[in-house]
Amino acid sequence: MYSFLNENRPPVFCPGCTHQNITKGLDRALIELGIPADKTVIVSDIGCSGLFDTFFNVHALHGLHGRALTYASGLKLADPELNVIVTMGDGGLGIGGAHVMASCRKNLDITLLVLNNFNFGMTGGQYSVTTPPDAITGSEFLNQAEIPIDICAVAQSAGATWVGRCSGHDVELSERIAEAMRHKGFSLLETLGLCTGRYTKRNNLTPRVLEEMVDDLPAMGGVVEKNARPEYGELYRKLARQKTEFPEPVTIERAYVLDTPESQEIVILGSAGMRIVTAGDIVCYAGMAAGMNVSMKNDYNITVLRGQSVSEIIVSPNTIGYTGIKTPTVVLALSEEGVQRRHRIFGTLPPATYVLKEKSVAIPETSAEVHEIDFKDHAIKKQDWALASLAVLAKKEKLFTREMLDYALKSRFNEKTYLKALETVEKMVQD
Amino acid sequence: MAVSFMEGNEAITRGAIAAGCDFFAGYPITPATTIFSNMLKMLPPRGGLCVQGEDEIASIGYCIGAAMAGKKALTATSGPGISLYSEQISFAVGSEIPLVIADVQRLGPSTGSATRGADSDIQFLRWGNTGGAPVIVLAPKDAMDCYVLTVHAFNYAEEFRCPVFIASNKEIGMTRESVDLSAVELPSLVQRKMFAGDDYLPFQAEVNMAPPFLPIGGSKLVRQTSSTHGPDGYITIDPETISRMQQRLEQKIVAAQERITLFEEDLKKDSETLVISYGVTARAVEDAAAMLEQRGRPVSTLTLKTLWPVPETLLREKAASFRRVVVIEMNQGQYVGEIRRVLCGTKIDFYGQMDGVLITPAKIMEVVEDV
Repeated sequence: MYSFLNENRPPVFCPGCTHQNITKGLDRALIELGIPADKTVIVSDIGCSGLFDTFFNVHALHGLHGRALTYASGLKLADPELNVIVTMGDGGLGIGGAHVMASCRKNLDITLLVLNNFNFGMTGGQYSVTTPPDAITGSEFLNQAEIPIDICAVAQSAGATWVGRCSGHDVELSERIAEAMRHKGFSLLETLGLCTGRYTKRNNLTPRVLEEMVDDLPAMGGVVEKNARPEYGELYRKLARQKTEFPEPVTIERAYVLDTPESQEIVILGSAGMRIVTAGDIVCYAGMAAGMNVSMKNDYNITVLRGQSVSEIIVSPNTIGYTGIKTPTVVLALSEEGVQRRHRIFGTLPPATYVLKEKSVAIPETSAEVHEIDFKDHAIKKQDWALASLAVLAKKEKLFTREMLDYALKSRFNEKTYLKALETVEKMVQD
Repeated sequence: MAVSFMEGNEAITRGAIAAGCDFFAGYPITPATTIFSNMLKMLPPRGGLCVQGEDEIASIGYCIGAAMAGKKALTATSGPGISLYSEQISFAVGSEIPLVIADVQRLGPSTGSATRGADSDIQFLRWGNTGGAPVIVLAPKDAMDCYVLTVHAFNYAEEFRCPVFIASNKEIGMTRESVDLSAVELPSLVQRKMFAGDDYLPFQAEVNMAPPFLPIGGSKLVRQTSSTHGPDGYITIDPETISRMQQRLEQKIVAAQERITLFEEDLKKDSETLVISYGVTARAVEDAAAMLEQRGRPVSTLTLKTLWPVPETLLREKAASFRRVVVIEMNQGQYVGEIRRVLCGTKIDFYGQMDGVLITPAKIMEVVEDV
């Protein structure tokens, strides 16, 4: 009879180990399903269940402790045709718990076999996340202070679409494995087993006791109706197919030639909600339209709706090296928070620096040329102060002309926003 | 001429797309997040896959799985994420899995400052794996470099079958600047060498080379393992086999050091000092050098784009004619040790700064002039 088992690498488990049964059961399931070896991969986790990849003539990937599901997910996403089987013990379950839950939630078509033998066999029989408190383990008394996890119950509540549990000595083991594999979506089959090398030496556990344990635990009937939904890969591909537009880079055509291009450093000091970054963009767009190099750094709070918003811009006919601000040529002081954030610069400003400050904003002592404006007087809402400041600059032909500002606004905004922005600009340049 | 306006992070994604990247998995972290969000916009229309892992460990794990299925995979994070990647990086190093990892560095240690730049991870990227086998680390100085070096990174990952890092920095990744991507000629693309014979041994390789690749899911069965393995991909305890594999992991990269060396230089006649830097700091160094030249005291500059493997040949060759070398870093002194090792006997001065702000050209001038 055809077998997927690798004759050159027979299983090497301790005599009586349930993993031996699982190996045979998995082989029979693969035969029954009749799936091609070259479209099947066993991803094995760590410990004794981590040996499984070597026993089979299928593709194999063995990786790090608890992470098997992460590789399995990558493989399945990359090659949806692959039949992906993960073997994991109760050790990997503990380390990789986040990945087990994520797999339940995602519902990629992967079959996870949890080979639960209640302890870390390979490292000396230490307690795991499934060890009963009354067990005698290699962890002294530690397991007495914790309770075991029912991974099947966790999987159900985490959204798994197929969950089963049986003894690793169940006569229908291969059918259960085949059933799990036939399920389209994430399936988790927990098998309870004997670790003869460690656990059963000190604990009375037999195939009969395992059957009783399965009977005593909540029944797991395979398909979880309440979680039924499309397989992740299919859904992902369907959603992704709707995304057809590749975002080309934002480009600005050169439209102006400046008679005397000069390096400028602009600092916009404002607060969240004042569209400071957008104003910074517009300054840069205007600069680029004149063939200048630009750089922009923004400083705002991680809580984006509160606190300062500062934009630092360099516009230069030369290549921009250092992107920090040395001596600003223009400072827009539009909020206390913004001014506080950069209060140190005011004392350093030379007389030639043009400071535009809103009437309500106090600024530290400075030798710079300070101009005050009352935006409220112009019926400009706070969210438009930054934009209105740019209009003031354009009117005075600081940084850019009115025409350049218009070009930048057109480049930056869609038609509707552009027209609204134009209204604000008009208010400032009229009188 | 139409010039683009983009941050370094976007330039990395555009480089990745140009390199044929077709898989991205990541987890949001400042200041690297916009690499993820840009890939999410760019990959689906190109038929590629972009997903969010449940954490950083999973994200790079997805990339490893996808890379073994034949994809060109990219992931991106910052220092705290590199810490979590570490075990998977070791896997990719030891088991020769092609992978590009963008590290948009922020100020460490630990969570440090999410929105403050530093070249925090320069030694961590090299040594943050178990076993100590080499990786390749490239350091961009601006958005254009982010674009070009990402293509190089994919080429190296494909050729050497190892993780290749792009050591960016918040100050590059989140700084928007004008850049004309069409003005640069990208390197031609390299694809991993595929196996063509009959009996496939997944780690059978020529001397100092990465083994030929076959994907998991192809017609020939492939074995991949994080365990110490022989050419057949099965665990081995044979000292000779192990030693040969370790040597090859080391030599496939070290022996190609000269070819992997990327750099910029501005060597000035009559200058006695060579200023060596990398990353965003190189821009301030160039400014400082320009000002010093105006003052009639020219200094030469060398900007390293390849940090690992250490470009030893280049360093020795370029430094040979200088009386003094000055190394400037945006950290407390991580790479200067490598330069001191390579250029032992040369007078080397160092300035490092790690306080969340860029080193100014004025400071660099002060350091260079303080003979």
